[in-house]
Order: sequence, then structure tokens, then C-alpha cells
Amino acid sequence: MARASKSGASSKSAAKSTSRSKSKSAAKKPEVTGEQLLSYYRDMLMIRRFEEKAGQLYGMGLIGGFCHLYIGQEAVVVGMTQAGTSDDSVITSYRDHGHMLACGMDPKGVMAELTGRRGGYSKGKGGSMHMFSREKNFFGGHGIVGAQVPLGTGLAFGHKYSEDGGVCHTYMGDGAVNQGQIYESFNMASLWKLPVVYVIENNKYGMGTSVERASSNVELHERGAAHDIPGMQVNGMDVMDVLEKGGKALEHARSGKGPYILEMKTYRYRGHSMSDPAKYRSKEEVQKMRKESDPIDNLRHTILEAGHSNEDEMKDIDKEIKSIVTSAAEFAQQSPEPDESELYTDVFLEASA
Amino acid sequence: MATQVLMPALSPTMTEGKIAKWMKSEGDKVESGDVLCEIETDKATMEVEAVDEGILGKILVSEGTENVAVNAPIAVLIEEGESADDIADAPAPAAAAAAPTEEEVEKEEAPKEEAASAPAQPKSEPAPEPEYDGPMKSQTVREALRDAMAEEMRREEKVFLMGEEVAEYQGAYKISQGLLDEFGAKRVIDTPITEQGFAGLGVGAAFHGLKPIVEFMTFNFAMQAIDQIINSAAKTLYMSGGQMGCPIVFRGPNGAAARVAAQHSQCYASWYANCPGMKVVAPWSASDAKGLLKSAIRDPNPVIFLENEILYGQSFELPDDDDFTLPIGKAKIERKGSDVTIVAYSIAVGIAMEAAEKLAEEGIDAEVINLRTIRPMDTATIIESVKKTNRLVSVGEGWPTCGIGSEVSSIAMEQAFDYLDAPPVRVAGVDVPMPYAANLEKLALPKAPQVIEAAKSVCYV
Repeated sequence: MARASKSGASSKSAAKSTSRSKSKSAAKKPEVTGEQLLSYYRDMLMIRRFEEKAGQLYGMGLIGGFCHLYIGQEAVVVGMTQAGTSDDSVITSYRDHGHMLACGMDPKGVMAELTGRRGGYSKGKGGSMHMFSREKNFFGGHGIVGAQVPLGTGLAFGHKYSEDGGVCHTYMGDGAVNQGQIYESFNMASLWKLPVVYVIENNKYGMGTSVERASSNVELHERGAAHDIPGMQVNGMDVMDVLEKGGKALEHARSGKGPYILEMKTYRYRGHSMSDPAKYRSKEEVQKMRKESDPIDNLRHTILEAGHSNEDEMKDIDKEIKSIVTSAAEFAQQSPEPDESELYTDVFLEASA
Repeated sequence: MATQVLMPALSPTMTEGKIAKWMKSEGDKVESGDVLCEIETDKATMEVEAVDEGILGKILVSEGTENVAVNAPIAVLIEEGESADDIADAPAPAAAAAAPTEEEVEKEEAPKEEAASAPAQPKSEPAPEPEYDGPMKSQTVREALRDAMAEEMRREEKVFLMGEEVAEYQGAYKISQGLLDEFGAKRVIDTPITEQGFAGLGVGAAFHGLKPIVEFMTFNFAMQAIDQIINSAAKTLYMSGGQMGCPIVFRGPNGAAARVAAQHSQCYASWYANCPGMKVVAPWSASDAKGLLKSAIRDPNPVIFLENEILYGQSFELPDDDDFTLPIGKAKIERKGSDVTIVAYSIAVGIAMEAAEKLAEEGIDAEVINLRTIRPMDTATIIESVKKTNRLVSVGEGWPTCGIGSEVSSIAMEQAFDYLDAPPVRVAGVDVPMPYAANLEKLALPKAPQVIEAAKSVCYV
């Protein structure tokens, strides 16, 4: 189950130069320093190691219920976050751990929420699918497929109404794009020129149903056509492509031109949730994607090839992240369960006036 | 260092499983992500991938073994250079930390509140209705609702109104008459016919910090949006551990209008009142409408505000004061009496008042309670009245099954059983979809004669 590759992943990357035309095109992309590349690498690796650890804790029975891992899709949220500003808000559905970490939420608080402890972001009352941070402008963490899209559109309405300069990054999966409320949202966002970027994370499967079996038109970036919303396909396995196109889409929305749709072509290595036997796709398909298109291995190669860092430094990053994740897992197991009195709290806010 | 591979839990309900097949043999090199073995759970056969890298030193549970408990060691991974003989005391990857002892827990958490042995539901008393002896005026419910919104929009820039036909059309039922002129298109917003979309958009705007008033042309259409109302608006505060307040009002006409048949004639009071995390208000008079809507807009929580189309044109006396509000969660005794308690909400309060007048002519002195708020319900006022009259009748237009009347009866039986001299009686809408024909529609809705009959029956008259 849990796949914790330690530092072993690095030995594999050497055999993968064919898939790496990126280093060339990276030069044309937004000017990015080696330091920045290393920070993207670090952010993506953090998500991967965190998720591997979450999978492990799930297997040990420490995390309950549903647990949807983000492994494979890391470049999407890291690229979008780097392309955005601190005024922006972020909302997504239930495959949300990566978004929280990318927003800067504390891995300890996220992991402790997964284990249902009082040190979790929702005091243990929300779990994997329901975490929030007002401080980091992260608005969840929603469990109903597609329901976060009107909410994100409303956050964008709030940005516009209060003229705070923010754009809402509203994420959804390829499964959600067939929900009616998505188009209700597209319509209003375009009609009212709301500052929102709809990020469709197309990982090819809505649970066990492939995009081809669920969508009459599989070009998901065209889904805004009926509402005059421009769309673009992005290589969601390449953080630099996400950064570049995400930046353009955010600029479009921020400048008052209305919504933008980005279709991130990505892939989840794991099942839909922890209890998914994944019989709808072949092992070879997963392996091929991992070997050829892994966003973390590829960026690592780019960094090394360009001489921004060396193996030793990269290993130090790996070690540092591993220790952050380990201490998050320790915290998540040591933090006590919520006090029984918490059963009745947070149902209502007290009126202040 | 050697590490144990534990039997993983592969579903929320799995406690044990069968090792169907080992895909690696002892001595094989294992990379993370490699499939180690197949496990049959209660639901499916799943592949177990390696978490750590190394060499499969020893298989502890052989192929075909059933009922292997979750977290039992099934194999040991060793590193290059280690021998399978070194593995006797291989630690489980994190199992050691899995169960902190009581002591550790105590040490870890510094601020420990005084926890009661059993959690007790906190009860916050609503503020009493403010005394008012200022000037009064006569207004329709329609005008009172409009004034409530206009006053609150003047008071706070963050308040805005959105819904179908609320702006240029001036409201499908003219509740928002004049608001566009005064507040402009930024704050009075016509939406497309897209209930789920704009309800969700409103909730998102409330999360952002605005204070939306979302008008449904009627609550019948809010069924399209009920996921956003309940799952997004009502539950998120709890799910976020108290971070994500949602100050929003969903309002519009609820229940039967006249001759609009089944899909446009339903009372949703019990639907919404069933759900924790939101307040449900159902005004009767213009005074209720204004005082409660202003409180609803000021409330930091989601409020469902159930109006009634038939009442829109009715006039009532109400305080002539821009600061007049009524507390949510507090019922009003509309008529004092000593023989029987009649509990009603929304348009049924008028029916109860009419019945009470007729009962008085026959020597029965009824006390009429206008619930005003369905959730949180003012049970104290109901119980106090029942203790005095010893008899209870509930009146509402909604269906009887699992309805508001059922709740009122339960409360009385649980909290004042010894005071009751007769079983409580529910007067409710007839348990059928609303018919269109005029005569049938009339039969489907409660009227004063049924209330009178019910009151007499509990008085054994």
C-alpha cells in the first residue's frame, strides 16, 4: 500500500532522460531561479512524502473513513500556488491534503486532523475531507463532488465585491465537470466577470470511470465555451508548465476579464481512495506514468542537470522533509482525541452584537 | 535496519483479511511501490505495495492464510548486508508510536479543561424580547420585510440581496420593491434561474466575509439548492472546528399559496428544522417579519427564513423604529389563556387566533403560542404553558408525519408528561400532495374548525 521511496527514487531518475525535454523549454518559461526550482521541488516532495505517510497510517488503522491521496498530482497545486498571490483564496474537493500543504498549512495540523485528534485543523471534527484555514485563505476541503465550485465562485464574488485584488483558485476533478452546478457557476462567473480560475485536475478517472466513459467531450478545457470562458490545457505533470499557464490565467482573472479554465492533464498513482482496488486500469499504465512523467523525479533531474544543486544537497532536502513528515505523524498520534465536550461546540457562532 | 510489514487496513471497515498471494519471494529486492502481495478484504482483492525499500527477508504469514488481523506483522524487510537472522526484533514502522500511553497523553496536552464525565448539551438562553413602548404603525408583512432589508443594508455595506427577479422586476412578490433604486446593482442582484448555483455562490460569499440575503422565489425551488444549504452552509462551521462562520439568510415564501398545486405548495419547516447548524424562523405578523428578519441578517449563522405568500398582504401593527429587532429562539404568547395551549407557526398562528376567539365564546380559554422560531425552538415557553393548561394542540400547514407538531408533542410528553391531562393533538396539512381543485385544496389545509375540534377533544368537551 503506502509507497515510501525514501531516497531510492533518485537512483531511478538517471534512466529517464527521454521524458525530459522540459529542461530546454524551461529556459523560455517564466524566469525562475535555481532557488525557486528547489523550493518547488521541496513543496512537491513534501506533499508526496506526507501522502505516503498518510497511506501508511491509514494501513495501520490510525486514519479512518475515506482518505484520498494526491500522489502524482503534486505539480498542479504547487505550480498554481506559486503562480498566485497571498490575496488569493483556494478551494477544492476531497483530494485536498496537497492543497493545504501548498497553502502553507502546518503538516502537523493536517496529519492530526487525519487521525481525528484535537491538534488537527478542525479539532478532529472534519477529517481528511474537511479542513480549512482562514489564515492561509484555504476554504476547504469539501466532500460533495462539484459543490465546491459554486462556493469558489462565491469566494470570487467576495473578492470582487470587496475589491481586495484576490482571485479564487477553484479546483475540481474530471468527474466533477459533469455536475450541473459547475455550469451554473460558469454562467454566473462569466456573466459577472468574477475573478476565478477553475482548475480541472484531469487525472483520467472519476473514481473508477475513465473520462472517455463519462464525458461526451473529453476536451475538458473547452467546457466553458458555452459561457465564453477561455480554457487551456496544461501539462499537470510539469510544474513549470503549470506555473506559466497558471500565471496567465490568474492574470486574466485578476485584471477583470472574468473566469479562466485550466485543464491540468495529470495522473493519480493511487486508487480513488484507500479502499480502491483499482481494477479499471492496468498496472502497466500506472508504472509507465510513474517512470516517464513523474513531476518530482523530472524536476529533480532538471535541477541537477542545470547545476542548481547536487546529489548531496538534494539528499539533505529529502532528509529534511522526511523528518518534518515523521514529526507530523508523531504529533498526529500523540495529540489526544478531542475532549468529549467538543461534541456540542461549533454548531453555532454566538452573536456578537 | 529491518522493518516489519504490517497487515494493512484497506477499507474503513476492514479488521482482518486473507493473504491471497505473495507476489515477491524471500530474498527478492523490493522497491517502494512494488506489489508485495494480494489481500482479500471483505470487499475486494487488493494489491499491497511496499512502503519501504529493501529485501524481502522473511514472509511471516504464508499464502492462503485467512483472518489475518490488521496490523499483524506479515513480513520483514531487511537492508542490503543484513541477514534474515537479524530480524527477530524488527520494529514495526510506526506501531511503537501508535498507542501513546495515558501518561504521555496527559503530558502532551497542557491546557486541559475540566471535562464533565458526560458531555452535556449547552443551553444558551435567547435574550428576552425587548420592552417597547414607542410609537406604532400599521404595515403589511411585505413592507415590513422590505424595510428590514433596507435598514440592514443601510446599516452594513456587507449586506447584499440576490435572487431571481429581486432587482429590476422589483421582486416576484414585490418584497424587494425600491431596493435596486436605493442600493444599486452591486448590492441588489438579479440571478439567472439557477438555485443550486446561486445558493452555493451565496455561501461562498459568506465564507469570504460578506452577509448575503439569498431570496428564493419560493422555497419549493430551494429543493434544487438544499445540498448547498445543508452540506455547505449549515455544516461547515462544525467541520472546520469553528473557523468557517457562514452569516447568510435564505428567505422566501414557504408553504401553500393558492391554487398552485403540489410542486409549489409545500411547507419545508420540518425539513430544515431537522438539521443542526442553522436557525429556522417562521414569522406570522409584520412585527415578527421585520424584527426577526433584521435579527436573521445580523446573526453570524445561516438562517432559513420561511415567509408565507398569503400573509404578504396582511397588515399588522408594529413598532415604528429602525432599531427594532426580535430575538431568534423566543416564542411569543399571542393570547393568554388557561384551558388549553395551542402552539402554531407562520400562517397557522392566524388560524389558532381565530379558533381561540371562537373557543372563548364557548367558554374555553385558549393560550396561543406563536413559535416564531422553529429551530432553536423555545421549549421553555411551551412547557410553562402546558404546565398551566395541561392540554396541548399544535397547528401547522406542513404534513403531519415527522412534522413540527410531532416535535412539539414529543417535547411536551418528555418534559411535562405528568402535567398533561390528555394526549396532545396535531392539526396539520392532510398527508397528500397538494391538490389543485379549489375544494380539495381547501380540504387539505388546516382551518379554525379543526383547531376548535382538537381543543375541545383535549378538554374532553
